[in-house]
Amino acid sequence: MKKTYKIDVDCANCANKMEVAANKTEGVKEAVVNFMTLKMKVEFDEDANPEEVMEQVRKNCKKVESDCEVFL
Amino acid sequence: MTAKQRNQLIRIITALILLIVLHFLDLDRLVMFPLYLIPYLIVGGDILKKAWKGIVNRQPLDENLLMAVATLGAMALAVFRTGDYTEAVAVMLFYQIGEFFQSYAVGRSRRNIGELMDVRPDYANVEGPDGVQRVDPDEVEIGSLILVQPGEKVPIDGVIEEGQSSLDTSALTGESVPRSAGPGDEVLSGCINTSGVLRIRTTCEFEESTASKILDLVENASSRKARSERFISRFARVYTPVVVFSALALAVIPPLIQLAVSGQAAWGDWVYRALTFLVISCPCALVISVPLSFFSGIGGASRQGILIKGANFLETLAGVSTVVMDKTGTLTKGVFAVTRVETADDSEKGMTGEELLAMAAAAEKHSSHPIAAALRNAAQNTDETYPVSDVEEIAGHGIRARVEEHIVCVGNRKLMAEQGALADGAGTDSPAGIKGGPAASEKATAAGAETVVHVAVDGRYAGSIHIADQLKDTSAEAVEEMRKSGIRRLVMLTGDGRASAEAVAAQLGIDQVYAELLPGDKVARVEELMGAGSQGNEGAGSQGNEGAGNQGNEDAGGAVRNGLAFVGDGINDAPVLSRADVGIAMGALGSDAAIEAADVVLMDDDPRKIAVSVRIARKCMRIVKENIWFAIGIKVLCLVLCALGLVGMWAAIFADVGVMVLAVLNAMRALSRR
Repeated sequence: MKKTYKIDVDCANCANKMEVAANKTEGVKEAVVNFMTLKMKVEFDEDANPEEVMEQVRKNCKKVESDCEVFL
Repeated sequence: MTAKQRNQLIRIITALILLIVLHFLDLDRLVMFPLYLIPYLIVGGDILKKAWKGIVNRQPLDENLLMAVATLGAMALAVFRTGDYTEAVAVMLFYQIGEFFQSYAVGRSRRNIGELMDVRPDYANVEGPDGVQRVDPDEVEIGSLILVQPGEKVPIDGVIEEGQSSLDTSALTGESVPRSAGPGDEVLSGCINTSGVLRIRTTCEFEESTASKILDLVENASSRKARSERFISRFARVYTPVVVFSALALAVIPPLIQLAVSGQAAWGDWVYRALTFLVISCPCALVISVPLSFFSGIGGASRQGILIKGANFLETLAGVSTVVMDKTGTLTKGVFAVTRVETADDSEKGMTGEELLAMAAAAEKHSSHPIAAALRNAAQNTDETYPVSDVEEIAGHGIRARVEEHIVCVGNRKLMAEQGALADGAGTDSPAGIKGGPAASEKATAAGAETVVHVAVDGRYAGSIHIADQLKDTSAEAVEEMRKSGIRRLVMLTGDGRASAEAVAAQLGIDQVYAELLPGDKVARVEELMGAGSQGNEGAGSQGNEGAGNQGNEDAGGAVRNGLAFVGDGINDAPVLSRADVGIAMGALGSDAAIEAADVVLMDDDPRKIAVSVRIARKCMRIVKENIWFAIGIKVLCLVLCALGLVGMWAAIFADVGVMVLAVLNAMRALSRR
């Protein structure tokens, strides 16, 4: 399953870091962060619950870049 | 300007004023320290906070920490040695100014590109039982009646029920000439109604409408990352730690050597140089400029009615040296008309031309092939109509059907040969040989861009119908422009007869022609050409085509060289579109299958757009490379100069912030037309 989320982040490198963090999150098959459109596209693992996974993605992103936001 | 940006700007200005005031105060070094701390904290407080959070979250190697360490270090140097507090504050200040510029420039370009692709309608006027209501386009159901006033965007695809107007389709196609539309015409969402009021019956939901689909496509386009983009993110991940450790080494190793050699070390100097290193080390200029260039390239292309479905395709498109085109619908209008009917047997007992035409048309009654449509159109003028059954389509050959009591075969020479109708036709009393069967008949038309459809009735050759497809007015110019854009090889593929195909190719100046292809053959030909292309130009070093997809030969910038683009109208060449390095679908407005299969979609059917899209791609890639080399070059230069002690923190700030702003401005060039 794929879903797109709006994000807010200030710099391109931070967006990169968010992408890495999201990809490391359990339940995420692939995450692509698009800095230009400020969107995060997440493909979830088959049996993952997107809402729970995204909570974790958000936490992990905040860890690597305190000044970011993922709108769930 | 967002609230965040305004806040940042206020802090920058306040700190700047304080800094100037403090500059004119002449007090003791230790008294000045807390005073300078005020502007420092005002402008850099959030950086220190973020740096601390980074350490807490065990993500220390980010730019915030670098800035914090560099400026705190400069502060420490000032307290204990120089008394020059200005530098630490100024570095922080400049860093923030750079950040501000970056966020402003990116926001600007984001908005600019957004406006360009502004085909999203804001509302729809729905006509209901209680008058006209303005609603969200999402809420409009299929089959609703919507009202579009002059100046408004058509919100949802539909058919005009009432009203005459001309529609501005430039947002969709890049075509500036308005199109007139009246009752019964289909209209696409995203067009702007320029004159009369239109009442439109919607034929799909908003999500399925053309405007939504285009938006979706373009917004997702930059998520498909190009190779150079991946290169840059990987580079950034390596670059920062490398520079940080170099800085550490720079702070420790040279003074230790000095200490060993002369018993004395200039610790302050080396620490200062190491701090400068840290300032230069932020990879933001690189990381921002590449995706931004792609984004503006894709945005600029979409303004001209060229949708590029991903940054990776832009990259491949830039390296295209071979363009393979389908003939019908790409170079020709794809609208056929019957020009001539020849019967094999002129005598009384033979068929008349009209009968022949009507029979052929009957056999082709249910076919969607453009030739069938031409036959049916021509047959409308005849009085004959026949019942038809047992229709069997023979792919790439033609059609066989039972018309009245006869088995009628309509198709090309191969079909005639298969039906054994070749020899039969040859025995007639034609001195000129024109009616001497398919071979002779086709030869006679070799001069013109004609397609000949042969008809056999009950296994006997009955005659031929000549159908011409007109070249597009812009085809010749398109070929010329492709040559000018550096396309080295132009190839045409077609299922039509050799004679007509070669005539078209000669007229346009196309290098290679493959005619009489079955749909499956086209894939094979394209694969063959892809293989030949990479071997011919790369020799032993070629690693191209090792698998499906967009493999090819890479150069340092990550672009594929000698790629192959296939251009088709997307009607029955979807497999070829997806097999080629880049599949370009043409005239795709409203054709879902083509949009689905292709990598690049030309919204109108002008073949000149092929050259335009290649040119846009090349320009964009040039900008990407400029940015990569410029940013890396300046940074490396500054790093070297700094290690040698030739430049100070001010140059470091330029290397970080100045390069970034210049790269962003350069990236925006990809948006412009030329």
